[in-house]
Formats: sequence, C-alpha cells, structure tokens
Amino acid sequence: MDLKIALDTVWVLVAGMLVFFMNLGFGLVESGFTRAKNTVNIISKNFIVFAVATIAFFVVGWGLMFGDGNGFFGTQGLFMLSGADNSPAVAEAYEGVYSAISWTGVPLLAKFFFQLVFAGTAATIVSGAVAERIKYVSFIVFSFVLVAFVYPVVGHWIWGGGWLAELGFWDFAGSTVVHSTGAWAALAGVLVLGPRLGKFGKDGKARVIPGHNMTSAMTGAMVLWFGWFGFNPGSTMAADPGAISHIIVTTTFAAAAGALAATVLAWTILGKPDIGMTINGALGGLVSITAGCAFVSPGSSLIIGAIAGAIIVLGVLLLDRVKIDDPVGAIAVHGMGGIFGTLAVGLFAQDAIAPGTTGNGLLFGGGFGLLWNQLIGVAAVGAAVFGVSLVVWLAIKATIGVRVSEEEEMEGLDIGEHGNRAYPDFVVTETTF
Amino acid sequence: MKKIEAIIKPHRLEDVKEALNAIGVAGMTAYEVKGYGRQKGHTEIYRGAEYTVDFRPKVKIELVVDDDAAQAVEDAIVEAARTGNIGDGKVFTYDCAAAVRIRTGERGPEAL
Repeated sequence: MDLKIALDTVWVLVAGMLVFFMNLGFGLVESGFTRAKNTVNIISKNFIVFAVATIAFFVVGWGLMFGDGNGFFGTQGLFMLSGADNSPAVAEAYEGVYSAISWTGVPLLAKFFFQLVFAGTAATIVSGAVAERIKYVSFIVFSFVLVAFVYPVVGHWIWGGGWLAELGFWDFAGSTVVHSTGAWAALAGVLVLGPRLGKFGKDGKARVIPGHNMTSAMTGAMVLWFGWFGFNPGSTMAADPGAISHIIVTTTFAAAAGALAATVLAWTILGKPDIGMTINGALGGLVSITAGCAFVSPGSSLIIGAIAGAIIVLGVLLLDRVKIDDPVGAIAVHGMGGIFGTLAVGLFAQDAIAPGTTGNGLLFGGGFGLLWNQLIGVAAVGAAVFGVSLVVWLAIKATIGVRVSEEEEMEGLDIGEHGNRAYPDFVVTETTF
Repeated sequence: MKKIEAIIKPHRLEDVKEALNAIGVAGMTAYEVKGYGRQKGHTEIYRGAEYTVDFRPKVKIELVVDDDAAQAVEDAIVEAARTGNIGDGKVFTYDCAAAVRIRTGERGPEAL
C-alpha cells in the first residue's frame, strides 16, 4: 500500500480521535459552569449527544452533506454510506458519488469518521446554552434533527460542493459550518425556552448564577484546546508537514491571544481577572481561527484571537443585557466567535500561504471580494440554521414539551430527570433558584 | 429576646432574607441541613437500583430579635417562605437568655 495513503489515514484518524475527545471538554466546561444540582443532567446530555449524532450522521447526515446532488443538498448515496465509492482514489481516478470530498486520499470510512466527530461537535454546542432547564428527551430529539438534517444541509453548501463553495466562500475547519451552526441552533432553543428561573430579578437585572466547579471548567477548556489540534490541523485530511505545522501554530496563537485579551478586558471592565472570561476568551480565539487557520499568517492569528477574546467578553455581557440566558456563554463563544472568524478570512487571508484557495483578503490587497463572499455565507447560514431550528424547537415544544416544571427546575434536573445526583455524599443545596 | 429558627425550602432563602431586611432585621445565620417531616423522602436511582432518600435538603435560618419584634419576624418568614406545597417547613421561637457582642462586650438587646 502507498505510504502516503497510510500516513494520511493515520493522521486523519488520530485527528478525529482528538476531536472526539472534545466531547469530554464540552462536558467538563458545561458542568463546571452550571450548578451542582444539574450536573448529572449536563453530563448525560454531553455523553448521549455523541451517540445520537453517530446514528443520525450515518443514517442520512453524511449523504445529505457529501453526496453528489444540487447546490443545496446531496441526493446520491443518501442513506447509510450506500453510494458507490472507490476511495482512497482521488481527482480523475475517483469514481463514486461523494466527489466533493474526493480531494483527500484516505478510505471512505476514515472520511466518514472524521466528518462524524465534527457533526457531533455542532450538536454538543447546543447543550450548554440550553442547560439547567431543558427536558432531556427534548434535547435528544433536537440533536438528532440537527445532525441528521440541519447541519448536513448547510455543510453541503460549504464543504459538499454546494452554492457557497461555488461562490468562493472559505471556511477551512468550520467556524461557520460547525460553530456558528451550533450557536444559531442554540440561540433558537434559548429563545423558545426562556431564561432560567431567577436569572433576571424582579427589577429586570441579570443576576449571577455561579457555576459549581471552576476546576472542571478549566480542565474542560484545556481538553478543548488540545482537541482543537485535531480539529484544525486534521482538516487538511492529509499528513502535509508544512500545512499541519502552520495550522497548529495559528490555532494555538489565537487561543493564547484570546485568553490574554479576554483577561485584560475583564480585568479592566470588571475589576478582576475572572477565570470564566479567561476560559471563554481562549475558546473564542480557537473558534475564530478555525475558518482561517490554513489561510492566515501566525501574526494575523494573534490579532484574530485577540479580537475574538475581546468580542467574547463583550458578547457575554451583552447577552445578559438583552435577557438571553446562556449559562455557559456558548452563543458568545461559538456564535460571535464563529461569525468574526469567518469574516476574518476576508480580512487576513494571504494567497501565498495556501495558493489557489482564498486569494488575498482586504488587508493584504485583495479588495472586498472575499470579505463579501464571507459575509454572504455567514448571513445565509445564520438565517437558515436559526430559522429551521426555531421551527424544530417550536414543534418540540408543541408536542413533547421543551422545559421542565418550575418545581423540578428549583429542585434540580438531576433528581427530576434522572433520579440521580452527582454528589450524593455532600449537602449541596441551592439557596437561590 | 427571642431566638427564631426556621426550616425552609432552599430556594425561598433569598425571598425570606429580603422580607426580613425590609422589616429591619440586621442579620441572620443560615445553614444547609437535611430533614423530613410529613413530606417524607423521595426515590433516587443509582446504576439501576432504587433507593429511598428520607432526608431532603433544607435551609435553616436562625436569628435573635427583641421580644416586640418576634411576632413580625415570624410573620415575615412564614409569608416569604410559603409556596403552598408540602415541605414548606416550620418556624420555632424560643426565649433567649443572654447575648454578648464579642468585639465590644455589649450585653442583652444592645448586642443584637
């Protein structure tokens, strides 16, 4: 067997395993940022969501996303990887129905696994934003619909050879495809659910509902950062020494700059270097470099990460102001970070870094063309995912219901939904809602 | 002086505190407790096996007030803590024999 195919396959699978590991990161960040009485519920959601995503993406998601079809969704080889395929053959040698991803020379199931862990990530982003009040079953149903239909359709537009790909919209590893999609779906859910009891006082002001374990949140953030070394460099889907080295550096630079910028800004605005803001700043930097990690220089990645870190701090404060209750900051991190990162490609991309792809962005003499394409993609994905998700959430609300009872929310979802508790040997009593 | 102890639902603490502040109560002690009355416990599950948890989480507050304030404090607690559901808790009032403010040595009602 060709050594290149073997090396590429090992790289893609190892990177996929790292992305899989991000499920742990999300679980730890989200449970840390929420209250002890809801811990079993949070970790249950973060655990089962990958199982749900696996089935959903296998049954129809993959086919809709990568099957040959029209500009909007795949129509061939739709169900259960059933289409013809002679991977790892590439380019002219490829004969099959998944031609949009035939540029990578790895076996079909390696492509599937790598794309599956991305689909799972989009679904798990929703979990944190809707935490502490959503019914378990309703979350499971929504996750299935998201990964089976919503994510793959917008994914097809961008990575499946659809209309945004044709247009010249670039999202290397998924600032829009994965992160914004998850955040728009989450925002729709949060609006349908409403804020947690006690989040906004009688005077309408946002109240603090502190998370119960900052050690867990920090561990989770580090696991996510680590997982991103698969998420971004792995998206080369080939063991290309120059590219993966470049991407791992831009990725980590953006995280570092995001963490520092968020810390400095929080220190200035709030008077203290809030660890919650440091963590979300790093994550915001990672989300925002995801689109451009292969197209921008390490220097630019520092600037992108720093701006993203600042956006996250202001975004979290803004969402509180407009009464959108996102317990973990997922909408700010993945939504605002994802939008900014996608637009940043239009500003900071340099043709010399990945010749024949994006061309130059606005700041490197490429004019407004690329930025305009990026803007169209951001708006189209936002409108589509938010609109469809809103309909799905409302349908769930009208049928099986979406929110637990007030009494259950006050007692905690651990007992109410699962009959379990996370810390049975401690008295952990919430004295607010 | 009277000592008032109340066992309430945890999520009522914030409202009880506000109600007491509103009638001029200067401080209190609160702690997390477990207990049960007529409400009894509930069932939990651990790896498939059911078990009964008799003691439910509650919050206990304690405060000492002047004799003439006691009735108003009792009423304020009852009103703020009531949800109308079983398990709302109870209020107990006792005579308090002495009080000393450690920092200054003041005694009696001045120490409150």
